[in-house]
Amino acid sequence: MNKLFALLFAALFATASWAQKTELTFYYPIAVGGPLTKVIDGYVAGFEKEHPNIKVNAVYAGNYDDARIKALAAQKAGQPAQMSVLFSIDIYELLEQDLIVPFDDMAKSDADKAWLKSFYPALMTNGTYKGKTYGIPFQRSTIVLYWNKDAFKEAGLDPNKPPADWNEMREMAAKLVKKDGSGNVSRWGVMVPSTGYPYWMFQAFSRQNGQDLMNREGNATNFAHPDVVSALQYWVDLGRKHAVMPAGTVEWGTLRQNFVEGKTAMMWHTTGNLTAVKDNAKFPFGVAMLPASKQRGSPTGGGNWYLFKKSTPAERQAAFQFIKWVTAPERAADWSIATGYVAVSPAAYETPKLKTYVGEFPAAAVARDQFKFATAELSTFQTGRVRKALDDAIQASLTGTKTPAEALKAAQAESERLLKPYR
Amino acid sequence: MRHVYGWLLLTPAAILLVAFTHYPALATLTDSFFSAGTAVRPSRFVGLDNYASLAADPVFWQVLKNNFWFALGTIPTSIALAMLMALWVNARLPGRALARLAYFTPTVLPMIAVANLWLYFYTPQIGLLDKVTGLFGAGSHNWLGSPDTVMGCLIAMTIWKEAGFFMIFYLAALQTLPPELEEAARIEGASRGYFFWRVTFPLLMPTTLFVLVNATINSFKLVDHLFILTKGGPDNASNLLLYYIYQVAFSFFDTAYAATLTVVLLFILAAFAVVQFQLIEKRVHYR
Repeated sequence: MNKLFALLFAALFATASWAQKTELTFYYPIAVGGPLTKVIDGYVAGFEKEHPNIKVNAVYAGNYDDARIKALAAQKAGQPAQMSVLFSIDIYELLEQDLIVPFDDMAKSDADKAWLKSFYPALMTNGTYKGKTYGIPFQRSTIVLYWNKDAFKEAGLDPNKPPADWNEMREMAAKLVKKDGSGNVSRWGVMVPSTGYPYWMFQAFSRQNGQDLMNREGNATNFAHPDVVSALQYWVDLGRKHAVMPAGTVEWGTLRQNFVEGKTAMMWHTTGNLTAVKDNAKFPFGVAMLPASKQRGSPTGGGNWYLFKKSTPAERQAAFQFIKWVTAPERAADWSIATGYVAVSPAAYETPKLKTYVGEFPAAAVARDQFKFATAELSTFQTGRVRKALDDAIQASLTGTKTPAEALKAAQAESERLLKPYR
Repeated sequence: MRHVYGWLLLTPAAILLVAFTHYPALATLTDSFFSAGTAVRPSRFVGLDNYASLAADPVFWQVLKNNFWFALGTIPTSIALAMLMALWVNARLPGRALARLAYFTPTVLPMIAVANLWLYFYTPQIGLLDKVTGLFGAGSHNWLGSPDTVMGCLIAMTIWKEAGFFMIFYLAALQTLPPELEEAARIEGASRGYFFWRVTFPLLMPTTLFVLVNATINSFKLVDHLFILTKGGPDNASNLLLYYIYQVAFSFFDTAYAATLTVVLLFILAAFAVVQFQLIEKRVHYR
């Protein structure tokens, strides 16, 4: 009898504590079973241990597009998801659908306000709209230049001196091109990928040439500016005029393999590839900031945390807590080492763990140092269409079907038509 | 009573058909007359506006043209190849089961996996294709990065993927042909070519019709490889209608325009089906 009573009591107690538990669900843009799911699962478990009355469910939803589609569909269907990691440039789409709330409303205490200011400013531009913060940086990347030191030596260049500006890059690339007996190129000087995310690579060129491609309100672009045109001309000429890069488009997905097999001496690629290149390259390689024209420059990229509107105050508070916890310096440092993404706050680089790592592998700090020249990733209202107009213009120029001037003029006209209603 | 019984048996299938085929098709049609709604600007009736912007959309016309060339490039070749392979592996030859298996293998691979394989075939310099042409002294070629070659590359890959599948149908059809026909032809002294054109080929017509319908549908339906290989690029040179619909719906979030494009796709496929069944069926010899 006593035993039964105890059991009943235990059951009651269990349900009572379960009822108080706040349950959170978030979508995370990665394929189920990918290597990073373990890291995320570890964070969730760690958070739950410290906050026993909050339960967190991570839904692994494929790539950025899939995650966005699933999160939006879930919101429409009324399924619970209080937060999500989504593409940093999805902000205007989420605003237009009225799905997200600013973090400023939640950050009442001084500590919370300080937390909001603890990230690299370059990472916050994609997450703010009209002075309010809607996206907290999490898995963020930027573009860097990888170079093959053996190839530099072979071409008679200083293996420890990457190109600092556009002219230098072109001249070095010309020396690095290697041809076989019958005149076929066996190694290119430099490759910049132009499939998948051409607009992103192009942002680096135009930023280096002194121009940002869109305004802060996300309702105007300046694709047809003369400096933007000459930036694209430089890119096109690398392939079509100076023949230091293959003419036509360069595939994003296989470029890393090209570099690792020594088929190109330099490449521009995301920092997200750092760990993979480090594991696979059989030659010494270096990582540097992208070369400058008028200035240095690179866009940032990657995913941000968002808070969804559809949630109870308790849930929203718990979600806020979780996001604060998972972006804290210790986690940011750990995440950066595990993935190659940049750590999102200066404090993270001060943690002993990341300090040691950067000491052993200085390439990991290049992306951080480039932040002072970084700009936001291209993101506007109607962002999918605007981006595609620019992508098509870039590819048309690289393949020689249009000149950069006429291609960019057409893209600007298209974006003008799309963005006019938002002014 | 038997009437009711019959309808009851049909109900499960009918419910599925209505819920997942007929209702979505009709809903797509109505959606194409409305603007895409957002939280700020709700959806409203716009009549034929979506169709007008479709007619003015250069990308739409380009993907339509691309799809036409894609269909023309894949359908006749893969059917001819399938027939040839079926005749070959139907004959008595050593290792016949192995040959059949080899031809069928591409079919069982998922399209995404196939695209990943072929991505490395086509990659400049380090790809298989460049390595092979390199043996003959040819330079590296940017197969997928040039608008002149990208469509040919997709067509070649699709034929490789599809022909084995169609071969199975031809093989099944060949095995049902009565052996007396061939014996009779041999006694009469008909040549093998004559026998094929006058006997085998006409008897295979029902299969050919079936395969033709499938190949046509597939040429509009198969876009998985674009996600891996080109994403429709460079500059829409390899973009196909269904992939464009995906871009419009899930990258541009313009559900209304996506619905409009879908209606066009439905009409194209319906028109093909009608033409194929009405016209060609008259010339097909069913036993």
